[in-house]
Formats: sequence, C-alpha cells, structure tokens
Amino acid sequence: MRTAFIKELFELAKQDDRIVLIVGDLGFGVVTPFMEQLPRQFLNAGVAEQNMTGMAAGMALSGKIALTYSIANFPTLRCLEQVRNDVCYHNANVKVVSVGGGFTYGAMGATHHAIEDLAVMRSLPGMVVVAPGDPVEARAATRAVIAYSGPCYVRLGKAGEPTVHTSAIDFELGKTIRMREGRDATLISIGGILQNTVRAAERLAKEGIETRVLSMHTLKPLDVEAVLAAARETEAIFTIEEHSILGGLGTAVAEVLAETEGIKAPLKRIGVPPAFSPHIGSQEYMQECHGLTDEAIAKTVMNTLRIITRGLVRTGNHDDRS
Amino acid sequence: MSAENQVNLAELAKRIRQHCVRMTGKANASHVGGSLSAADLLAAIYGRALRYDPRRPDWPDRDRFIMSKGHACSALYAVLAESGYFPVERLESFYQNGSPLAGHVMHKNVSGVELSTGSLGHGLPVATGMAIAAKRDGRPTRIFCMISDGECDEGSVWEAALFAPHHKLDNLIVVIDYNKIQSLGAVKDVIDLDPLADKWRAFGWTVRELDGHDLCAVEQAVTQVPYEIGRPSCIVAHTVKGKGVSFMENKLLWHYRAPLGEDMTKALAELEQAK
Repeated sequence: MRTAFIKELFELAKQDDRIVLIVGDLGFGVVTPFMEQLPRQFLNAGVAEQNMTGMAAGMALSGKIALTYSIANFPTLRCLEQVRNDVCYHNANVKVVSVGGGFTYGAMGATHHAIEDLAVMRSLPGMVVVAPGDPVEARAATRAVIAYSGPCYVRLGKAGEPTVHTSAIDFELGKTIRMREGRDATLISIGGILQNTVRAAERLAKEGIETRVLSMHTLKPLDVEAVLAAARETEAIFTIEEHSILGGLGTAVAEVLAETEGIKAPLKRIGVPPAFSPHIGSQEYMQECHGLTDEAIAKTVMNTLRIITRGLVRTGNHDDRS
Repeated sequence: MSAENQVNLAELAKRIRQHCVRMTGKANASHVGGSLSAADLLAAIYGRALRYDPRRPDWPDRDRFIMSKGHACSALYAVLAESGYFPVERLESFYQNGSPLAGHVMHKNVSGVELSTGSLGHGLPVATGMAIAAKRDGRPTRIFCMISDGECDEGSVWEAALFAPHHKLDNLIVVIDYNKIQSLGAVKDVIDLDPLADKWRAFGWTVRELDGHDLCAVEQAVTQVPYEIGRPSCIVAHTVKGKGVSFMENKLLWHYRAPLGEDMTKALAELEQAK
C-alpha cells in the first residue's frame, strides 16, 4: 500500500505542482524518486511533527495541497492539536498520511502500535478518514483524497501487501465496495485486514455460511446506506478492524444501528481490545494474538451466529473491559 | 503610502490600547495586560510594514500577520478595525454571545484574521509553512508572526525556529512580545528564557533587540527586514505588561483581571492623556 500510494502520488504531483509532500524524516528508499525529481514539491520537516503539521496547514492556506507523511502514531497523535486547530478548523487542504496502521510495526512495541488513530481522527470536525484495504484501493484512495478539497486522513499499511481486488474497482470516498454476496451475515472490513476478511468469508462458505463482504475503506463519511442495507438484508453484522473496538469502524456502525428505528440486526465488533497489547511480534503474530486471522474471524462469526440462532443472547458490546 | 498619508503610530497605538481596555472591560474578559504590551508593535506592523488591502483580504501577494499569542486578540481585532477590515463599532461585540469576535483570535467571519490561535505554539509553524510556500511560488509575500514570551516554553516554537533558518526563509519575521510575565508568574521564575536573543541567534536567526514601546525603533525594525538576505528575522521586543496604564504595568494580576467600573474609567483617562 505504501508503494502504491507513493507511486500514484508521484504521478499526480508531476501533473499538479500544488502538491507538496512533507515527510517527518521517514520514507527511506520509498520517497527517493519523489525527492530527487520533484525537489520543489518535497520537504523533509525533520523529526518534528508539530512543525510538520503546522507548516502543512500554512502551505495549504497559501494554495498548496499539502501531505504530511510519517509512520504509526507520529503524524496523528503526536501533533493532534495541530491537526485539529491548524488543519481541521481552517479546513486546510492537508492530507495526513500514516504508514503502519494497526500492527504493521507489531514487533517494534506498543509505541508503534497504531490502534487508536481511526477513532481519534474520526472525531475531528471536517476530517475525512480513509483506510484502503489493499494496494488497488490505496492507489484509488490517493487519487480521491487529492481530488477532494479539505482535510483527509489516510491510513496505510506497509509495502508488499497482497492485492485483494482481482479486477478494476469503482472507488468513491464514502462508498463501500461489495466483495462478496451472501445473506447469513455481513462482514464489514476496514483497512489492511481486508484479505483476512475475504478469506474468512471463503472459510465460512465452506461451512455453508454465505456472507456479504464489504470493504468499507472510508470510515468518515460512513456509508450509512450500506450499513442499513446489511442490517435489513442479512442476519447479522460483523465489523473487522485492526484497530481498537473503541471508536473505530465497529463503533461507527453501532452508532448507525442504534439510532435507526426498526433495526434489529445483531452486531459483533471484531478488533483489538482497548488496551495496550501485551504482545509484540510480526503483524501475522499480532493478528493471531488478537483473533484477527482469517481462521479466527471465521470462528468468531460461526460461534456468534450459532448463539444468535439459538436465541440465547443478543451479541455485541461485551468487550469494553479496560 | 506617502509620508503625509501615513498614520501617526503613536495615535494608532493609543487607539488600540483604548479599544483593548473598553473591550476587555465591557466583556469582563482576561488578557488586557498582554494586549497592551503588544499595542505599539502592532501599530508599527500594520501602520508601516505590512502590505495589505482590507478590500481584498484574499489578495495572494499580501503580507501575512499571524497573531500566535491568541489571547491578545483584543489588540489584533482593534488594529484590524483601525486598518479598515471591519467597522470599529464591531469591537463592541467582543466576547458577546453570538459574536465572531471570540476571546482568542478566531478567523471565522472576521476579515483580516489569517489564523485562529489560542493554544500557544501554533502560529510560528504555520507562518513557516506560509513562508516556504511563498518562496517556492516566487511571491513577494512576507510573514510576520507575533509570539509571547511564555509561548517560548512550547517545543513547537523551537521546531519551527530550527527549520526556518535551515531553509533560508528571509521572508519570515518573528516578533517576540517579551513582557516578562506569563500566566503564573515572572518568566524568569517560571522558566527563564534569558539570554533570549542569543538563543534565536544560535538557531540561525538575525536578531534585533529593542524597546518594544520605542515607536521609532520598532518602526525601523519592522520595515528593514530582512536584516540579512537568506536568514529569517527575529525581533526581541522588551515590553511592559499592561503598558500605558500605571496600575496595570508589570502586574501579573492584569493577565487575568478585567478593567471594570472605576478601573476602566481611570485606565481610559490615563491613556487619553498619553501623548
């Protein structure tokens, strides 16, 4: 996703000299062509995210399309007030881009686990929040946020992720992409967990459970229609995110369901508990630890559906323990 | 502007101060002290240095002024009104329900405000971004940014202070309203900044240190920038918190207290008598 983003941005920047990429001293090897060939559209802010973000706002208020680029929580939480006041309050045309969403940098420890970013960015007024699911979506998302005038947050994974979409996609900010159709449940996925979600659906199909799979690449504005359609047309909704279950996709979907009259569809949020992970390790290992492998997702879906059909309990909202 | 059309800076500064006292008094609002300390600097910046046109607040080549010490908003609103951005009468709505003139600098529906501030340490990074954008676009735009002394505690100020000289931003001017008193005490007791000018010099800025109430010195300093091609400029302006009102000068209390009743009358009378 990182490579797809930077390649697409490079192409766009060659045609639009308003685009400026500001990095927080990160992107070794990745941003080199951009830096060398478009030096007047590139800036290394150094290890100084507050200044990076404030400068991006200042450049945007001077007519630029400014992107801040760093990893994990550095372009979001470290400089949160700059994002809120300087970028969002001024509706500045700044795109905050973070590489390493979720447990991409799982082995690097809790400082590098980016599992609250979506919740925090979503709460900021005027902020569009996008987390593409694979490199194809990452390219399309890059074009879309550049074409959109206003603050955006783009959460990327790493380089070398698998391509999930096998054919061309119709990408529009705020519109989910339907990956698979089924009526037993809907699996709504955001970000790089898309492949695991699709594979979980394939496992479920083998068990005779047919699921609708939605890639909800845009968390804000949320595709409310798609959520409501899932609630009406399928038996249950599962949200899957490599992110805290507090404040991200699961919460956003819950808000829609809770405030819509006549909706009875059960919801189960599959994600990371709102706690510092006691684990470190590869992204795959971290997904195993947190029930986010395709196998674990499929198991959670099956168990939950079993409980629902027995009518024993209504699912959801058990897990806000910390 | 020809010499005979130039505003009298002392007169402008006096009107700014009178507005500040009336506004904060009527509103029962804080921060009159740090507004009065900035009045002469603002008069010189708006009266002599800035290239702007209140009829075209979006003119791309305009100079920008960023009031990073957003709590001194009454002084900024006053100088904007006096400079023709909006009617002076509007200052009466300061801090009132439904007014756009909030208790910190807000840009929404206030012509001439470039940046909303109020949380310290935001202005200089944004000003730096504006300066580099102007450089890269080949515009003549200069960016003046006023910060407070207490604000220099914020790390983001020094992030920008490191960055700007490295990128040779000689279109960027930081003006420090060094009135020596911050929220909870004297600057030298809270976190001493001295030698402040040396710190900025060490970071690569060209620095002028002056009496921020000596209008001739201030006028020269704000009109002679950049002091050196290829380097950003810093004006360390030694000022007096509450300047112009004897019972407010150098008093921490007037960071907070509003000039009400008798206090307002006395303050306005003193300011009226000032030359």
